[in-house]
Amino acid sequence: MSTTTPPGLNPYRAVLLVGRREFVSRVRTRSFVIGTIVIIAMIAGYVLLQTFLFSQNNKDRVGFTGQATVLGQPLKQTAETLGKQVEIQDVTSLDQGETLVRDGELDALVSGAPDALRVTVKDDLDEPLRAALNAIVQQQVLDAQLAEAGLDPRQVRQNMADVKVEVNSLEPADPQRGERLAVGLMIAFLLYFSLAGFGTMVAQGVVEEKASRVVEVLLATVRPWQLLTGKILGIGAVGLVQILIIGAAGAGLASATDVLTVPSMAFSAVAAGVLWYLLGFLLYATVFAASGSLVSRQEDTQSVVSPTLMVIMIAFVAGFSLLAQDPTSSTVAVMSLIPPFAPILMPSRMVLGVAPAWQVGLSVVLALAAIGVLIWLGGRIYANAVLRTGARVKLRDALR
Amino acid sequence: MAEGVLEIDRISKRYGSTVALQDMAFTVRAGELFGFVGSNGAGKTTTMRIVLGVLAADSGEVRWGGQPVGFETRRRIGYMPEERGLYPKMKVLDQLVYLAELHGMPANQALRSAETWVARLGLRDRRDDEVQKLSLGNQQRVQLAAALVHEPEVLVLDEPFSGLDPVAVDVMSEVLREQAAAGVPVVFSSHQLDLVERLCHRIGIVRNGQMVACGTVDDLRTGGGTRLVVDVPNARPGWTDGLPGVTVVSVDGTRSVLELAAGGDDQAVLNAALATGPVREFSRHQPSLTELFRNVVTQESGDKAV
Repeated sequence: MSTTTPPGLNPYRAVLLVGRREFVSRVRTRSFVIGTIVIIAMIAGYVLLQTFLFSQNNKDRVGFTGQATVLGQPLKQTAETLGKQVEIQDVTSLDQGETLVRDGELDALVSGAPDALRVTVKDDLDEPLRAALNAIVQQQVLDAQLAEAGLDPRQVRQNMADVKVEVNSLEPADPQRGERLAVGLMIAFLLYFSLAGFGTMVAQGVVEEKASRVVEVLLATVRPWQLLTGKILGIGAVGLVQILIIGAAGAGLASATDVLTVPSMAFSAVAAGVLWYLLGFLLYATVFAASGSLVSRQEDTQSVVSPTLMVIMIAFVAGFSLLAQDPTSSTVAVMSLIPPFAPILMPSRMVLGVAPAWQVGLSVVLALAAIGVLIWLGGRIYANAVLRTGARVKLRDALR
Repeated sequence: MAEGVLEIDRISKRYGSTVALQDMAFTVRAGELFGFVGSNGAGKTTTMRIVLGVLAADSGEVRWGGQPVGFETRRRIGYMPEERGLYPKMKVLDQLVYLAELHGMPANQALRSAETWVARLGLRDRRDDEVQKLSLGNQQRVQLAAALVHEPEVLVLDEPFSGLDPVAVDVMSEVLREQAAAGVPVVFSSHQLDLVERLCHRIGIVRNGQMVACGTVDDLRTGGGTRLVVDVPNARPGWTDGLPGVTVVSVDGTRSVLELAAGGDDQAVLNAALATGPVREFSRHQPSLTELFRNVVTQESGDKAV
């Protein structure tokens, strides 16, 4: 009778059981699978677009015919110093070349004598290519005149090559800034999406248990903190899996397509994203759970989670617009240290390379401190409010 | 003595100025089916929620086997909340296994027990369906399985019979009888008084947060005096005047219902009846639980008038 002790349920097993249920039941849902696929498709679309634009802009095919054929290699080299990739092709006749240009097979056809070049294009000549061709023509004329004056063109060219302006940049621009900005904003978006989405899921889960009264059955055998911890860890793990899948897909795509000049950047971006997802989720999850515990009907969930969603949205919108304008913005720097905003802004700044180590460290410490406070406070509200069904529980009553 | 006994010892609960429970007290012994009846809002659900620790009492104590019910003992109670508590989107079997495991059963035992109850309650075809896709009656069966799956030592069921079809009522009754026979104290609330009367060993009637009557149906009957039905066609009105301890409850044509105070002599009434002429009917009336209950409710409105 009362002396027989049933098989024990230690707190860890309780948390594990709750967490496992949350994880399994959510990973299987269609919305999770579709959400993940949509985001990967968006990243893939972005990467492919970039690759496409890249190949469009930077690789010109130039045909050479007649005497101009000798200028193929010099053009390629000159264009390269101007940051332009040129593919050269020898064309047997002017007519054939013109046909190729008309069909779009060639971007430009160069013909005529080296000192009187003619370029045939479909509509307009690309500016860097024009500059490169002009430079070559001028070089040809210069060489001829130097030779006439009895100088060795090669020697003169050598001397000229040695003379350059020395550039002393006070704030050196990062050659990968554009890419970094793109990746940084993508991380900000991903974190915004995950924190808002999985945070809301925590609140909905709490309300679902309250609305269906299953919480009464559960709390007869597990303690509120065990239920809350299991729920947060379970849903958090679902979000983590999604971020890892998306991160791996993004990094894989980026390195497979050369869209990033430094592929390792993708991996450090994923690492920063994962770190801040974990901190951000822990920061927000108890707030969402506590908010959810105040109401008893699914229809009321939206009204209690919206203040928290608003904070996440502010971090995202402010961060997105300010960072895109000026990554070194001091407003963003300050915001990225404040716990509620840090999970979205700090990883973007880390990826942009504008966050000094001390700021990263400080923001992590502040976030951890805030997590401690919010878990304590949120756990208290949750434990007090989760069994009160009926009207919305006042925050003041829940804190008592 | 206290072994296997669930004792609800003078628990009280107020919500602001409203008294939900006042010194609610009763015991349920091992192997006993205890029916908990009362009007809506009388305090049945509040009492059960307090037993389960879902709600905290302002004062009083709930004991199981002589020990105050705490967190660890609560795990051994099987509970069926009034508004049902299941995950709507979880499959029947998964749900039962999960609840069994949460109550401390190892995984394989939980699965075995869940399968047993699914089969026992006729849910085998629905074991892989989501709970929300089941009919209300079937959801109720799952709910009962959820209360039983961890092999509880006490059962506390809030309205287990509401919304069940007659077949399901029989299944539920049989399961509850079995559990009681196995030594489990079973408490359940219900508005189906005929069912409670048939099924329960003892009954408690609650009114305004207090237990107003508690005992076997026979105990409850003896409390209220005896009623006699007498059909005397030739009697004049007032033929019972002068008989000690007799009051007329109602007269319908030649048929009278008389109330005999405790200790009154029914043979004296019979003699008086025979003195008026032929007696077509003379019987002791056994009030049903419904009538007893109605008495209590009538008393309630009487109390209020005072």
